[in-house]
Amino acid sequence: MQYLLMAYVRESGWSSMTPAEQGKGMAAYAAYNEALNKAGILKGSAHLGPSSSATTVRMMDGKSQVLDGPYADSKEQLGGYFLIDVPDLDAALSWAARCPATGHGVVEVRPLWSAPA
Amino acid sequence: MGIEESGEQARRTAEEVARRSYGKLVAFLVARTRDVAAAEDALSEAFAAALSEWPRAGCPAIPEAWLLTVARRKIVDVERGRRRHELANATLQAVGESLNVAVSGAEIPDQRLALMFACAHPAIDEKIHAPLMLQVVMGLDAKAIASAFLMSPAAMGKRLVRAKEKIREAGIPFRVPEREELTGRLCAVLSAIYAAFTEGWSDPVGIDAARRDLTEEALFLGRLMAELLPAEPETLGLLAVMLYTEARRRARRTNSGEYVPLAGQDTALWDGPMIEEAEGLLRRASALSSIGRYQLEGALQSAHIHRCRSGQPNWPEVVQLYDALLALAGSPVVAVNRALAIAEMRDAHAGLEAMSRIGDDSRLAEYQPYWAARAELLARTGAHNEARSAYDVAIGLERDPAVRLFLQTRQAALPALLQIDPPY
Repeated sequence: MQYLLMAYVRESGWSSMTPAEQGKGMAAYAAYNEALNKAGILKGSAHLGPSSSATTVRMMDGKSQVLDGPYADSKEQLGGYFLIDVPDLDAALSWAARCPATGHGVVEVRPLWSAPA
Repeated sequence: MGIEESGEQARRTAEEVARRSYGKLVAFLVARTRDVAAAEDALSEAFAAALSEWPRAGCPAIPEAWLLTVARRKIVDVERGRRRHELANATLQAVGESLNVAVSGAEIPDQRLALMFACAHPAIDEKIHAPLMLQVVMGLDAKAIASAFLMSPAAMGKRLVRAKEKIREAGIPFRVPEREELTGRLCAVLSAIYAAFTEGWSDPVGIDAARRDLTEEALFLGRLMAELLPAEPETLGLLAVMLYTEARRRARRTNSGEYVPLAGQDTALWDGPMIEEAEGLLRRASALSSIGRYQLEGALQSAHIHRCRSGQPNWPEVVQLYDALLALAGSPVVAVNRALAIAEMRDAHAGLEAMSRIGDDSRLAEYQPYWAARAELLARTGAHNEARSAYDVAIGLERDPAVRLFLQTRQAALPALLQIDPPY
């Protein structure tokens, strides 16, 4: 089954880190990505720009409305994702637990939609 | 055999099979389809078919295999309907074949353990673990479960449906966890069984049939776990705890339905063989040298029973066991009982002092035994007014009328309030 691991992280934490700490943080993500790759389960991944760069679009009274900022105004923001293919939820959860994001945020694990079996 | 008689016979056989093998049949189907709701639907149709066919054609030699064959056909039919527009014949065939394998053999593999672990998976809300297990493994209907857990049938039904969807959609696996995970995962399974048991136990008179049944269902699940995982000391410990408690059922009420606290129970009314079985389980568990919450609770029950039977106070031992339990699984419930034991070992003041250290736990505000214990100890120290108001809270929180009456009697036994003359 394919699962999307979504890393929701506290963005304020990043800016308060020293360059050395930031470097370590990036390296941890790179290593994690590599581990997923080596395991042959990584289908895709991305590191997103800051939520301040986000723009939301919705339909209001038949007109599309564009708003500055992310959809949810929460402390933790979606910072990146990993799409993996593993046998079951337990496997997905054990990979989620290894994600560096759990150290400074949360990882949401969602199966991809599959048409009713 | 007359039609009526054979109908009766068929119904009895079907009930027997349901009792003995319901969970086994669900587990078998679910392990292959991952769809709990579909397995339940198919099985209930199979049971209905049995009730109409067995009286005419006679009961099959292996009723379980018969039921599985029918259920399997239903599942494949439903699948076919769903997949009409897809090129999924291969999948369909695979499902059909995997279901076929065991049906041909006489022995249906027992995958109930895997099913229990799925029901108590950490990805499913903990509060629904016990209801889910009771429904999926034991076949109880949502209405009975709802009444036992003081919930509306509609709300319970919805939560059960939701949990089953989560199992299917999130890909929760059907297997017994690996060694390194087992202890933590087992803990969730055992606590769900214990939750079912205590819900059942909260109606000790057995007026509410749904609740009463629940203790039996929980004991069945406890026995099942002890049988399937005999080398896990905590499964033995849990079964022992439930047996010790169940053994005292008859002594907990007088013939006229009044509540009898442990210290006042007639030990002759206790179920001796059940206590023996519990003692044996605890011995087996301790031989496995890995202590845990349920073994400690079992040891406490054993100590209480020993004291009541022999008349020999053993409070230091009891306090020691509570200390260990508190260190392992700190909960206000344990802390309250420990304080009561300290009061017995030393005096009421010491008990109250032990209790004051947990007094700021917000969970205690709604916990009846805390207030009843406080009232009892306050009364012993002569603080009658404080005792009286603590009894008020305890009485207000209690849902069992017999216990309420018991507390009211204790409260009324306090020396009367000082009458202050009216100022005229």
